[in-house]
Amino acid sequence: MAEILFFVFATVAVGSALGVVMGRSPVASLLFMVMTLASVAGIYVLLEAHFLAAIQVIVYAGAIMVLFMFVIMLLNLGHDYQRDLRGGLFALVAFVVSGAMAGLLARRFGGDEALFPFLEGADAIDAALVEKGALGVIAEPLFTTYVVPFEITGILLLVAIVGALVLAKRRAS
Amino acid sequence: MSASLGMFWLDGAESAAAFDPVLPGLIVLLPLLGFLANGWLALRHAERSADAVRRGEELDLDTGGRPSTHTLPSLIGPGVLLASFALVVVNFVRMSAVELHDPVVVRYWTWMATGTFTVDAALQFDQLSMIMMLVVTGVGFLIHVFSVGYMKDDPGYPRYFAYLNLFVFFMLVLVTGASFPVMFVGWEGVGLCSYLLIGFWFGDREKSDAGKKAFIVNRIGDFGFLVALFILFINFQTLDFVTVFGEAPEALTYGGGVVTAITLFLLLGAAGKSAQIPLYVWLPDAMAGPTPVSALIHAATMVTAGVYMVARASVLFALSPVGSVTVAGVGVATALFAATIALTQTDIKKVLAYSTVSQLGYMFLGVGVGAYAAGVFHLMTHAFFKALLFLGSGAVIHSMHHALHHTHNPADAQDMRNMGGMRRFMPFTALAMWIATLAIAGIWPFAGFFSKDEIIWYAGAAAVGPYAGLYTVYWVLALAAAMLTAFYMTRMMVMTFHGANRTGDEESKHLHEAPWTMTVPLGVLAVLSMFGGWINVPEAIRESFLGLGGALPMSEWLHHWLEPITHAATQVREEALLAAGALAGQEHDYGFLHHAPFGGGELTWALVSTVAAAVVVAGTVLWVRGWSLAPASESPEPTGFRKVLYDKWYVDELYDRIIVQPLLAVSRFFWRFIDQVIIDGFVNVVGGGARAVGWFVSLFQTGSVNTYAFVITLGVLAILGAVVAGG
Amino acid sequence: MLSQALVLSAVLFVIGTFGVLVRRNAIIMFLCIELQLNAVNLSLVALSRAVGIDGQVFVFFVMTVAAAEAAVGLAIIISIFRHYETVNVDSFNLLKW
Repeated sequence: MAEILFFVFATVAVGSALGVVMGRSPVASLLFMVMTLASVAGIYVLLEAHFLAAIQVIVYAGAIMVLFMFVIMLLNLGHDYQRDLRGGLFALVAFVVSGAMAGLLARRFGGDEALFPFLEGADAIDAALVEKGALGVIAEPLFTTYVVPFEITGILLLVAIVGALVLAKRRAS
Repeated sequence: MSASLGMFWLDGAESAAAFDPVLPGLIVLLPLLGFLANGWLALRHAERSADAVRRGEELDLDTGGRPSTHTLPSLIGPGVLLASFALVVVNFVRMSAVELHDPVVVRYWTWMATGTFTVDAALQFDQLSMIMMLVVTGVGFLIHVFSVGYMKDDPGYPRYFAYLNLFVFFMLVLVTGASFPVMFVGWEGVGLCSYLLIGFWFGDREKSDAGKKAFIVNRIGDFGFLVALFILFINFQTLDFVTVFGEAPEALTYGGGVVTAITLFLLLGAAGKSAQIPLYVWLPDAMAGPTPVSALIHAATMVTAGVYMVARASVLFALSPVGSVTVAGVGVATALFAATIALTQTDIKKVLAYSTVSQLGYMFLGVGVGAYAAGVFHLMTHAFFKALLFLGSGAVIHSMHHALHHTHNPADAQDMRNMGGMRRFMPFTALAMWIATLAIAGIWPFAGFFSKDEIIWYAGAAAVGPYAGLYTVYWVLALAAAMLTAFYMTRMMVMTFHGANRTGDEESKHLHEAPWTMTVPLGVLAVLSMFGGWINVPEAIRESFLGLGGALPMSEWLHHWLEPITHAATQVREEALLAAGALAGQEHDYGFLHHAPFGGGELTWALVSTVAAAVVVAGTVLWVRGWSLAPASESPEPTGFRKVLYDKWYVDELYDRIIVQPLLAVSRFFWRFIDQVIIDGFVNVVGGGARAVGWFVSLFQTGSVNTYAFVITLGVLAILGAVVAGG
Repeated sequence: MLSQALVLSAVLFVIGTFGVLVRRNAIIMFLCIELQLNAVNLSLVALSRAVGIDGQVFVFFVMTVAAAEAAVGLAIIISIFRHYETVNVDSFNLLKW
């Protein structure tokens, strides 16, 4: 069952990812992107990362994508159906480069389970999940070991908000 | 800072000697304070005149009263010297009251301590440094007073006094330093001040070049001095005077290579500072400085530092007969050589400059033959009469300058051919300078007679032992140089003060006697030149009619005074001569014979030399008065041998050819080839390479996001490839 | 399933890379970058099954950074659009001095 679901999600994710790249209008790309994010969230669930699956949907697909949509609408790009793919030689080069990258990655990760001798650890996580619950298992390291980076991300977000405000503000002139 | 300064004079002598110096540090410190005060005024003046120039005006010192920057130095400059002199006199009186055998060393702080090498900032007070301090502060004070009048109209007045005070400070450090390094500080410091003051009017290219020449020639001497210090340190592990001179007789073999090397290198240093062959060339050029500077630095004090140093290191020189005989040889050669040049010079200051070189040669002869007290004695009397001669010439030049200035006459104010008959305009100066001339010529009973004659006598009396022949030659040459001295000095006096005036009818109306600030020092120095020699009248002469049958107040006082300094050296010399059997069957005092090489005692030869000098002086007066002299612009160029002497034996040209030009050629090679071709070429290739790489890389900076994204992707691909390929 | 998840993340990453390279629209380039981030997140989650929960914590941080980046990046796009009236990246070459 899990395998079948994985392949369904994976197919949808890859298909809509291609849709993002090939989409005619920004709005279409954006909607494809939301689909990709949702499928990936599904895979998160299959990988027992329930909390992340939830915020993937809420924050990523919900909040961030809405922000993108908002910008597209603000700039009035919704009717821009013109394909802006690069063509000719550059597309070929880009294809070759991406293909080479895919080949290398596939060679590294693909097929051979022996590449990951550490995979037995999955049981430990399952045990922790049972013990602490989906939220507890991620909350504990986040507020103990990683509390300083956590606070720093707070500062980062604040800086980002201020920066966005300054950049997007209409100049007096 | 204030604490250590406080220590400087409050922390008295540490040794428990009977002689306790009063405020010893203050003697040295006062001129330094004077320098700081005058230096501050000089900076203020510079600021104000720069402001005036910026406003497009010129700072006028004559109208509206002199500014404080030009009145205060008149008090501060001579004032600190007077205070210093007073302190020296107090200490001198206290020192005379006790029998002092060992020098009193006042230590202030450790100057440097590295490994086994430690130098204390310490001052040494003994009979020799006391005499030197008396001369430096006493004559120095008189010259400072003279300067008040002489430099009055100079815009650089405060700067002048700042340098002069700084000079006195360093000179006092030189003569009181208790170790070679401290002495070296003073040695270099006076060299610096000499440079600053020779080039005092640095706007004139020739004058600033003269300053550089003095500085550079002195470097050669300083090299020798430093090498000597290194050898001393290797052998003694210390450079304190007391230790080095105390241990030298045991630690160094008599006549050995080490002590000979030390003394020869020390001699090189002394020759640089005291303008002896072959390094004398800077002193005549040093006359470019203001005349009181010539009097103070280049006649009375700094140039005698070499003599002081040899006298200080007398033990070392006594241990090395070769070193001693070389010192004496250099001295007598310089005395004679410089005297021949002085014969034909027409610049009044040049005559005095060569005369100074010549007299310094006499001092070297004195300390070279082992008569250290005689050398110091001549140093002292020379300070009196040569300072007087220089100051007198300064007064004459001052007067000439004013006269020529009035009519805008471009003639040379220092050329004696433009003078003549000056005694009618400046009778007091003429009288004072005649006294000094008779003193330097060695006429009885002036100061120079006793001091110079004593040196000549000892040169003859030292003609015993292995170098007897050389000393005999020295003695004869010294006598000859004495006759030349009598001639050129009289020639100078007659050309300047007698005969008809050649300045010009209009100009001569403005010739005048110097103001009192200038004549008073002349008067004091004239008295000293007259009677200064009486402190050291030899016993044999005092008893005779030349000593007025014993009526002179003291005899051989300086000899006895300096006994604690020189007795070690005299003892070494005497023992060596006794051991060689050279003194067998001869009457002698401390190894000096009682008769000259061709017979005759001290009295005989003193009588001979003074009579001879008197004859030369009288003959010269009659002869030179008969010359038909014309102003410089109308005089013919000297010809023949006279021209060789006038052009100073072409020594400067010789040095230029064999040292300066080759050095320039080598420097040009290093500049044009090594520096410009090789080093610059290397640097340019490196720079050009960086530029080329930069140009190439800049091609990738398109400013377009796309290019960057593409290049980043390529980079990621490369890393990925490396990771995958690597494992 | 883990290894398949890693392969999927690789595929998504390459598609994102290709998108960044070939699209001219700045907003879509941006979306493709988000896609790459997501691919990396996926691999982190997958590996967290093996190495421990830290991988998921990292995903959390990556999401935060992505949010911040989106805010600033979109602001930049708005500001550029105001100036050039376009979001075509070929129309401006500002990234040099």
